[in-house]
Amino acid sequence: MRKTTAWRAAAVAAAALLTATACGTQRGHDDQDTAAGGACKGQQTTGITDKTITLGGIYPLSGPASAYGTISKGVAAYFRYVDDKGGIDGRKVRFIVRDDGYQPPKAVEEARRLVEQEKVFAVFQTLGTPSTAAVWDYLNQQKVPQPFVATGASAWGTDAKHPWTIGWQPSYVAEARVYAKYLKEARPKARVAVLYQNDDFGKDLLGGFEKAVAGSGIKVVAKESYEVTDPSVSAQMASLARSRADVLLDVTTPKFGSQALAADARNTRWNPLHIVNNVASSTAVLQPVGFKNVQGVVSATYFKDPADPRWANDPEMKTYTSALHKYAPDADPANQFNAYGWAVASSLHQALDTMKCPTREGLRDAVRHLKDVKVGLLLPGVTMSTGPGDAFPLETMQLMRFKGQRWQLFGKPVDTRKEFGPPAE
Amino acid sequence: MRTIVTTLGTDRVRRLRATLTVLLAAAAAGYVPFYFAPFQVFQLTMVLLYAVALSGLNLLVGFGGQISLGHGAFFAAGAYTAAVMLDRHDTGHLATLPVAAAGCFLLGLGFGVPALRLRGLYLALVTLSFAVFLPPLLKRLEPLTGGSMGLTVEKLQPPAWSGLAEDQWTYFVVLVVTTVALLLARNLLRSRVGRALLALRDNESAAEVMGVRLSLHKTLAFAWSAMFAGVAGCLYTWVIGFVSPDSFSFVLSVTLLAGLVVGGLASLYGPLLGAAFVMYVPSVSQDLDEAAPGVVFGLLIIAVMYVAPTGLAGLPGRVRGLVARRLPRPAAAPDRTPETGSPPDARPEPQAGDGPFATPGPADPAVVDAEPVGAPPRTEKE
Amino acid sequence: MSVVTDLLQQVVEGLGSGAVYASLALALVLIHRFTGIVNFAQGELAMLSTYVAWQLVASGMPFWLALPVTLAVSFAGGMLVERLVIRPVQGAPELTVVIVTVGLFIFVNALAGLVWSFTVKDFPQPFPDGGLYLAGVRLDWSTLGMIAVVAVVMGLLYLLFQHTSIGLVMRAVAGNPASARLSGIRVGRVLMLGWGLAATVGAVSGVLVAPVLFLEPNMMGGVLVYAFAAATLGGFDSPVGAVVGGLFVGVAETLTGAYVDVIGADLKVGVPLVIILAVLLVRPQGLFGRAAVERA
Repeated sequence: MRKTTAWRAAAVAAAALLTATACGTQRGHDDQDTAAGGACKGQQTTGITDKTITLGGIYPLSGPASAYGTISKGVAAYFRYVDDKGGIDGRKVRFIVRDDGYQPPKAVEEARRLVEQEKVFAVFQTLGTPSTAAVWDYLNQQKVPQPFVATGASAWGTDAKHPWTIGWQPSYVAEARVYAKYLKEARPKARVAVLYQNDDFGKDLLGGFEKAVAGSGIKVVAKESYEVTDPSVSAQMASLARSRADVLLDVTTPKFGSQALAADARNTRWNPLHIVNNVASSTAVLQPVGFKNVQGVVSATYFKDPADPRWANDPEMKTYTSALHKYAPDADPANQFNAYGWAVASSLHQALDTMKCPTREGLRDAVRHLKDVKVGLLLPGVTMSTGPGDAFPLETMQLMRFKGQRWQLFGKPVDTRKEFGPPAE
Repeated sequence: MRTIVTTLGTDRVRRLRATLTVLLAAAAAGYVPFYFAPFQVFQLTMVLLYAVALSGLNLLVGFGGQISLGHGAFFAAGAYTAAVMLDRHDTGHLATLPVAAAGCFLLGLGFGVPALRLRGLYLALVTLSFAVFLPPLLKRLEPLTGGSMGLTVEKLQPPAWSGLAEDQWTYFVVLVVTTVALLLARNLLRSRVGRALLALRDNESAAEVMGVRLSLHKTLAFAWSAMFAGVAGCLYTWVIGFVSPDSFSFVLSVTLLAGLVVGGLASLYGPLLGAAFVMYVPSVSQDLDEAAPGVVFGLLIIAVMYVAPTGLAGLPGRVRGLVARRLPRPAAAPDRTPETGSPPDARPEPQAGDGPFATPGPADPAVVDAEPVGAPPRTEKE
Repeated sequence: MSVVTDLLQQVVEGLGSGAVYASLALALVLIHRFTGIVNFAQGELAMLSTYVAWQLVASGMPFWLALPVTLAVSFAGGMLVERLVIRPVQGAPELTVVIVTVGLFIFVNALAGLVWSFTVKDFPQPFPDGGLYLAGVRLDWSTLGMIAVVAVVMGLLYLLFQHTSIGLVMRAVAGNPASARLSGIRVGRVLMLGWGLAATVGAVSGVLVAPVLFLEPNMMGGVLVYAFAAATLGGFDSPVGAVVGGLFVGVAETLTGAYVDVIGADLKVGVPLVIILAVLLVRPQGLFGRAAVERA
């Protein structure tokens, strides 16, 4: 018995060795990181040459958050489109997508793979707060840029210890401020009920909102949370209805957004002003509820909704739609996540163009010194700006109201930094 | 019984061979971090720590015959114990290990009491609801746990004298803990506790009649098993340096159970194979199908279960069994009885032969010690 | 609105969620009665059936024609799954079969995402919009309809189990397949039938809940846990128990979520857990289950 056990142990060890050997790389190889000469002397040029640039992204292609996985398709389509037009400053983009299933340990593994084995120039992007928080220590230690992470937690902009990491989309706090400003003007005595997802996203937005309305006549009178694993939010909506609040702030992700809108429509005795947050404001979320049930719903946005006919003749939208058909035929151009991917990829393109040195340091500095950079798919009036003390590329959003079959923008774009000052940590 | 016989009847050549193999395995394990790229060393580290959790689960499911779908929660408890100690009290890494182990042991003891009355399916589902309940609870305890943002803590850092890189040092530390844990699991099973567990699993009433104290041993099994999961969780915090409630959803519990069954129940090295499966196969799936890795991963689980219904650990035995059937049985291989009486594979005529749930006789003394017997945790049936 | 009306309204909401859990729990009970296993993939198969219905409706078929077609397809599909996926591991230990269903879960979920994407789909509501007000309490037609359909399915299953020869055969197979086979029962066919029926009941569940939960590949993932809870509470072999368990879980979690501030909506999932634990400690076979008699 003992003999067989021992032999098996050996066999397992051998199998492990073989498996690992099959993967190829040996330890010695990782000394191949390269550095620049000339004016950019000593800076890292790993993953970038005159002809190519290698980027790696980590997205949930499987698991509970796989709805967001399609962002990678929008990004990949953009890079392929740019490649066919000659690349980024003459460099062809190699974009490697890895799946983390929305699990932080998996994200760490994939980040290490991208950095150590694939030798990426930058990790663009990581999706979700847990995955991003799990890898940012590592990436900053390795001095690998982690630009434009796909999450709106404000930590990416307020944290000083991670200069290699930066967000992109307006932070959840910024979005909350837009709604607060709107309510202060339109309903200064509003009693607000909040439905929020019980994670960093929901809590950041709720916290930002409470802070932004503090001292005004607006009061949060009821809040209910749900877990992403819950089947439905109908019970929460029933509880909120008891509050008789006159505004409902709906901080949900797409499926739950549809459920909350439907529950609100079903309840004919409670008709609050329904503010739905940007993540769940896609026409694809509203359409299943029935357009007649979502009239007058308010939201805010910063990029052009591909499902909105208003942008049908927008040149960038046309490019996007045709490129997606060509390079990602299985992806639906009307899905806002694909458009998001396209917009963030073209933002990175712009940032790469402003690099002083084609190095990792160059990119790190470039994304922190953006001056009113215009990006095609962003709303008119929304530009990327960063600088010393400001690590939030996008802080402007515009309000919109649903009317007929589409969103209608109203008011001026709200620059939340100008209105409220920099977000506190 | 078998163990005693083997120990008494040891022949020197065997012992020598065993020693050599152990040395060889140790040498290989020691050489690995100097050969492979850091991220591969990291992967191996993760395999080791999952193996600790799986071997704990194995005590319960494989040897105890009880199903738990809540081990992700014990894993989380261990991880959070370590993270909170590091974050709030700055205790240093080593101090967290005994605390996490003891804490989870006690937690398991607490769960072991209701587990006494529940079996099979019902126990599985109660533990599952615990796994579902834990993440929101962790979010609620925000002052302590950092809420939904989680906690970022220091990873293990190599001391200067070692001259090792971070991944190498972490690997060695985890290797040591894992080795101790696996040896502990092995010795537990060879001790009175283990024999009592096996007796209980195979025939509860008979074991009780023979004087095995049912309640004590079942509760202890749960506690030991939770402790292993907690230790694995603690290692996880050391390696990843980040914990968040949503990292420990009930998917983790299901993954652990799946990993164990795929690796091989009631086998001593099944947990290692299962851990490797859980760690590597999702990446392989992505390489095979970029668009939907889940499709491939799901199919691979099913495929492995077809080829090796008793888990990967049982595969060599099955193959030998098949070969032995074709060839005239050599006289000199008495201890290689294939663990399944009936041969495996996709049986062409399922109507024939024994019943669909006829489990390979677990009471067969020849296989009790180390063979994957495909423990039959019972569900309530009429 | 008075306090009582508020309370009743919450109870109604709870019954609505409870009916969702109960509908899937019925399918779980059915498959457990037939085969003795817990099918992790039951919810995902239901989701797949719902997509079939959606596809048929989207391609122009009227809903009331698409429904029977979907049920038939699901029945055939369930049998096919048994034949192709489960049969090859039939002789293996039970846990192996359970893990195969876990593999099936992952596979079906990813497949649906691949084919239909993760965008929320618009599923036709079989019941009329709106509802009636009874003493100030709003009752949606959809909630009432759902409870009614669940009750009918429950009744049918009860008849099947108690008053048909299939019920008897099925019990023999689940209880002891070897002796069932010896007494001339074609075990393979019975198991196929079980999977087919469970898939059909699952399809009913999917079609019922899709207008409320909105159809996307993860629609049933959350329901599955609650359906497990419902079936555990009621006893895994009783359709009546599954429905009562489902409704009870729904009402209990809604009320505690709404009225007990310490627990709140975030921890309400703990409530059914505690209740189940309490019930099982007194009656390990669940509220409506039968105590197992074992041969030593």
